[in-house]
Amino acid sequence: MDLNIYDFTSFTKWVDTALNSVMSPGWTMLVELVIVGIVFIAAYAVIGLYLVLAERKVCAIIQNRQGPNRVGPFGLFQTIADLFKLLGKELISIKNADQFLFNLAPFILIIASFMAIAALPFAKGLHAIDLNIGIFYMFAVSSLGVIGILLAGWSSNSKYSLIGAIRSGAQVVSYELSVGLALLSVVIFSGSMQLSTIVESQANGWWIIKGHIPALIAFIIFLIAGTAETNRGPFDLAEAESELTAGFHTEYSGIKFAFFFLAEYMNMFIVAAIASTVFLGGWMPFHLGGFESLNHVMDFIPPVIWFFGKTAFVIFIMMWIKWTFPRLRIDQLLKLEWKYLLPLNLMNIVLIAFIVLMGWYIK
Amino acid sequence: MEEVFQDIIIKHSDDYIINMGPQHPSTHGVLRFELCLLGETVKYIIPHCGYIHRGIEKMCEKNTYQQIIHLTDRFDYLSAHMNNEAVCLAVENALEVEVPERVKYIRTILAELNRIASHQLWWCAFGMDLGALTTFFYGLRDREYILDIFEESFGSRLLHSFNYPGGLMHDLHPNFQQKVKDFIKYFRKKLPEYDQLLTGNIIFQQRSIGMGYMSKEDAISYGVTGPSGRGSGFKCDVRKHHPYSAYSKVDFKEILYTEGDTFARYKARIDEMWESMNIIEQLIDNIPAGDYTAKMKPIIKLPVGDYFQRVETARGELGCYIVSDGNKNPLRVKFRTPNFSNLFIINKIASGNKIADLVAISGSLDLVIPDIDR
Repeated sequence: MDLNIYDFTSFTKWVDTALNSVMSPGWTMLVELVIVGIVFIAAYAVIGLYLVLAERKVCAIIQNRQGPNRVGPFGLFQTIADLFKLLGKELISIKNADQFLFNLAPFILIIASFMAIAALPFAKGLHAIDLNIGIFYMFAVSSLGVIGILLAGWSSNSKYSLIGAIRSGAQVVSYELSVGLALLSVVIFSGSMQLSTIVESQANGWWIIKGHIPALIAFIIFLIAGTAETNRGPFDLAEAESELTAGFHTEYSGIKFAFFFLAEYMNMFIVAAIASTVFLGGWMPFHLGGFESLNHVMDFIPPVIWFFGKTAFVIFIMMWIKWTFPRLRIDQLLKLEWKYLLPLNLMNIVLIAFIVLMGWYIK
Repeated sequence: MEEVFQDIIIKHSDDYIINMGPQHPSTHGVLRFELCLLGETVKYIIPHCGYIHRGIEKMCEKNTYQQIIHLTDRFDYLSAHMNNEAVCLAVENALEVEVPERVKYIRTILAELNRIASHQLWWCAFGMDLGALTTFFYGLRDREYILDIFEESFGSRLLHSFNYPGGLMHDLHPNFQQKVKDFIKYFRKKLPEYDQLLTGNIIFQQRSIGMGYMSKEDAISYGVTGPSGRGSGFKCDVRKHHPYSAYSKVDFKEILYTEGDTFARYKARIDEMWESMNIIEQLIDNIPAGDYTAKMKPIIKLPVGDYFQRVETARGELGCYIVSDGNKNPLRVKFRTPNFSNLFIINKIASGNKIADLVAISGSLDLVIPDIDR
């Protein structure tokens, strides 16, 4: 990598030294935290709102419709208008509901997805925190969201909500295993849990290409389990509008409902971002070992575009699945995980360990 | 006797009761299921109907026979044409009026078009019940063609009241034949898409095959008719066994499945759409010329006596029973609507399954709530 025009490390270093020259290190730290926080809140809102719009557009194409096209050109401001509508809605408080937990639940969901987004490498040098156990952190944080769902279902004092929460608990606890094991396969390949190292290790080809069949199996399992973990169709049993009206968020209104909605889409983004980082090279351009001219041309596309392009591709696959498939039943859902995905995944891990040991992957 | 006792529901005070409806997305209207749950499993189901009872049968006693037609649209609004036909045929039989051949042909074609439109909407809603949201738009897209044909000919899309004792309200629109032929050509290409989208899907098959088993004996003893009954092997097609209008002149087969599960009921309806298209194709080019109505008196008075006529609607057998005392109003009218009988088997076939299966099974019975309550 001799092309450093898109390297954000120099930019962040420059900001750091500029701040250090005018104030004490403690204040610098505080200012940097505030800047990063504001940037992430803005990014979170924009990504979340436009994912909702993207979903509506994608499902409109699949369903032979136009989709939102009235507010702004191509309906670009539709979700922003929706957000303002939701802000103006009354927050209905439920009799006999556990008010504290009822109000807390949407925030837990939002905070969990916020914590996960912090560790994502958007480009070279463009991540808030680069933990040396990045994958482990992601895995831990993304499963915090289920606490919010369980609390929402429990505190609503509604039978539909409770059933939705119970379903969601069973589902997320089961599919955590597959998510973790699928990510573990790439950890074995790259020999590191640090997300930046994993991305760097794909400089001569993404893991889905280098790790050929076992990596492909792990990728597909991760997609299935990730879709299930974010409670999206065909695994949207926690909401299941034809059975439970809206599942765990039946009783929520206004901006609290918007929080659930936003968190669902951000979780989808996070799963897609992890999938693209770990399997599809993250911000790393499309490289093939030995084809120097191709690699050089690919380097001219900025890493941010690579990252968001791959993430958008994975998100599109998830939307495509949601809008074509019927919903599974709870026992079929658990059967799929415990009888098919988990044994397959474990065998796949052993296979990958063997392949890495023998050096049979593309280096 | 043992069979009967199984149907008796014993309530306990510590049952976990949950009300599905009257406002619930998958009861398709204001129907209420009182469910007792054991975790995810449904222990028993008590259907409560009557939320949309409008007293149509009582209103019929105050109206003339021409006015009754407009009330019959309102019970099974998705097979409005067949409902009208039941009253018209009953009145015509009572007066011993011979309607022109043209009327018989047109009535049959319209009934089959209406049946296709109804099954399309059922397919939309059934997919939605199972969580496949795209089916809704595929079905409505094709249904729009039929509704446009209806709109052009009758001026209304859903409740068209086009039948009239003695014939039809007015003659067909000149474009009618060509448009129906175009539609058949179009829909023959589009109906395989339904199979590609839903029927072949592995999740759909797992959720429907073997679910909600209804034996032939159950279907007969509960009076489940229509595609729901024929999915259990109950030969109950009125069009075949007691032909009316022009059904005796066409060659069609009665769709029968013997599996009795949700998938069989689903397949029965999909196949009925194919069969309806066959019927229309046989008739559409051969509509005889002639009057669109028989000569009728402006005030219809039926002779004293009671009259019964049954027709096959999209959901099953509709019976129309009229008691006349010789006045211009009927003394008593009773409709045997198919959904009322189809609904009450739900506890028998869906209890013991999961909530999600209850939704799928009640979807496969194709319930239209105003038809239950009248």
